[in-house]
Amino acid sequence: MNSRLRAADVIPVATIGLRTRRGRAALSILGVTIGVAALVSVLGLTRSSQAELLARIDALGTNLLIVANGVGASGVESPLPATSAVTIARTDGVLAASATAALPGLHVYRNDRVGAGRHGGLAVRAADPALLSTLDGELAAGVFLSGPASLYPAAVLGYDAAQHLGIAGVAGPPLVWLGERWYTVIGVLRPLELAPEIDNSALIGQPAAAKDFGYDGHPTRIYVRTETERTFDVRHLLPRATDPQNPVAVAVSRPTDALDARLAAADATTGLFLGLSAIALLVGGIGIANVMVIAVLERRTEIGLRRALGATRGHVATQFLVESVILGAAGGTLGILLGGGVVYALAYQQNWQPLIPPAAAVGGLAAAIAVGALGGLYPALRAAYLPPTEALRSA
Amino acid sequence: MNPPVLELRGVRKVYPGTPPVEPVAGISLTVHSGELVAVLGPSGSGKTTLLNLAAGLDRPTSGSVLIAGRPIERLSDRALSGLRAHRLGVVFQQFVLLDHLSAVENVATGLLYRGVPAHARLVKASAALDRVGLGGRTKHLASKLSGGERQRVAIARALVGAPDVVLADEPTGNLDTATGAALLALLQDLNRDGTTIVVITHDRTVAAAAPRRIELRDGRLVHDHRSPL
Repeated sequence: MNSRLRAADVIPVATIGLRTRRGRAALSILGVTIGVAALVSVLGLTRSSQAELLARIDALGTNLLIVANGVGASGVESPLPATSAVTIARTDGVLAASATAALPGLHVYRNDRVGAGRHGGLAVRAADPALLSTLDGELAAGVFLSGPASLYPAAVLGYDAAQHLGIAGVAGPPLVWLGERWYTVIGVLRPLELAPEIDNSALIGQPAAAKDFGYDGHPTRIYVRTETERTFDVRHLLPRATDPQNPVAVAVSRPTDALDARLAAADATTGLFLGLSAIALLVGGIGIANVMVIAVLERRTEIGLRRALGATRGHVATQFLVESVILGAAGGTLGILLGGGVVYALAYQQNWQPLIPPAAAVGGLAAAIAVGALGGLYPALRAAYLPPTEALRSA
Repeated sequence: MNPPVLELRGVRKVYPGTPPVEPVAGISLTVHSGELVAVLGPSGSGKTTLLNLAAGLDRPTSGSVLIAGRPIERLSDRALSGLRAHRLGVVFQQFVLLDHLSAVENVATGLLYRGVPAHARLVKASAALDRVGLGGRTKHLASKLSGGERQRVAIARALVGAPDVVLADEPTGNLDTATGAALLALLQDLNRDGTTIVVITHDRTVAAAAPRRIELRDGRLVHDHRSPL
């Protein structure tokens, strides 16, 4: 003949306080809601942006290396040995190597009436015909430099250069002024994400550069495609292959490293924001504890009545503990919805695919429930150990 | 004579302090099934402490309280709670209803800790409200009821599980004379139907309605009087 509370009655009994004080219940879950929303949105946004970065890195390929002279003053490309393109191409693991050379002091203008200083930073580069395939680039219009075209005053414009000069196609064909000479535009490139320096250049053939501008055959920047799995090894072989006399002067970089760095940076900020979310959750838990302590004080008479009606200490503790767990769970659920909304809105705005890691949603809800349980533990025990006579005295 | 439903054997209750307070100073008392007993005494005579002990809401410092033959001082919280749920009904002077619940839901809480399913609770609660004359007010919120009605709901809640004994602490204390008299008539009526009732009161009119009157003074039983039947 023991006292018994049916499992089906636990939730209705535990929600009495919430149903009668709705405003307070709503406010008390706000902290947890914010905490979980922050957690879910931080993890969701990190995942969504990383997915986008990873997709870009995959599309670009991680096997492109750029060889340059590392000694030159910053921003100015210095010459490499004339034979370096050939020696690099012979290195084990290299699939293709294409040399380019910045032609110092030379700029590209729309016509010969534009002032010499108003070149918009557009450079002129001597390039070999294999450059397009090495960079895996595409043409927006026209053709790339071929063997014969390299001999004549023909230029291919990088994407930004073409935009700047107001040249969209090769119909006409348009002419550009290279400071000393007219060149015919035979092609326009699409943007090259891994070689932005090509985007704002006009490319001309090496023989034409030698003939018109005295190019001496020393490349300043060589693009190298490697066998993907050997990229790391090749990277260490290239300085000696490029300049056996002075390998330390050679700098080899991998342009996708910048994207990798962004991935790492995103991870670092995620940690910081997760910490802040955890603090918000903790504050939310303290808020719940606070509200529950007040509820126990206010509902002493109800506690006394329930004890008089046959509730055990365990029943009273369960009632208040379940109430605070419900507060935590409600805060967690709202937080997941809110955080999910933020992720979807920002991903839509940034054109990313919205991704919410299931672990973030499950973990957020679990953390909210744990916070509710911890916050409710002390008030629940206080309610349970309140002597019934003392509780009823306040009636 | 019917078996005892409630028995106090030399019960003392002492609250520590300087000086210690002893509201119940050695009371022995037996209540048998079917009785209507009034416990009479001035303020401070130990009536409410006696009720708390008899209702299993407090444990004696010494002596023994037996509810349904079981000494409560040796019971676990769970077992004592079980006795309260199954054997006892309590009516408080302040009614102590849950204001946001309807009359019938309040009465149904009297069966909550017996593990009775929700629907069965409501059916029995409805019948109990009928019994106290509130059959037409079942759906009303407790907060919308008058004082007399609230006390009837409280009595229905104490009755709903057909306990061995109903303990009522100043049940008419918060009611006007007419309402109090009607309530008293209801208690007498319930007793005639077989419910054992112990009424704590300081009102001699209420006490006069009971066939057995026990008088307390300074924590001691000074008079135990039975009216001739």
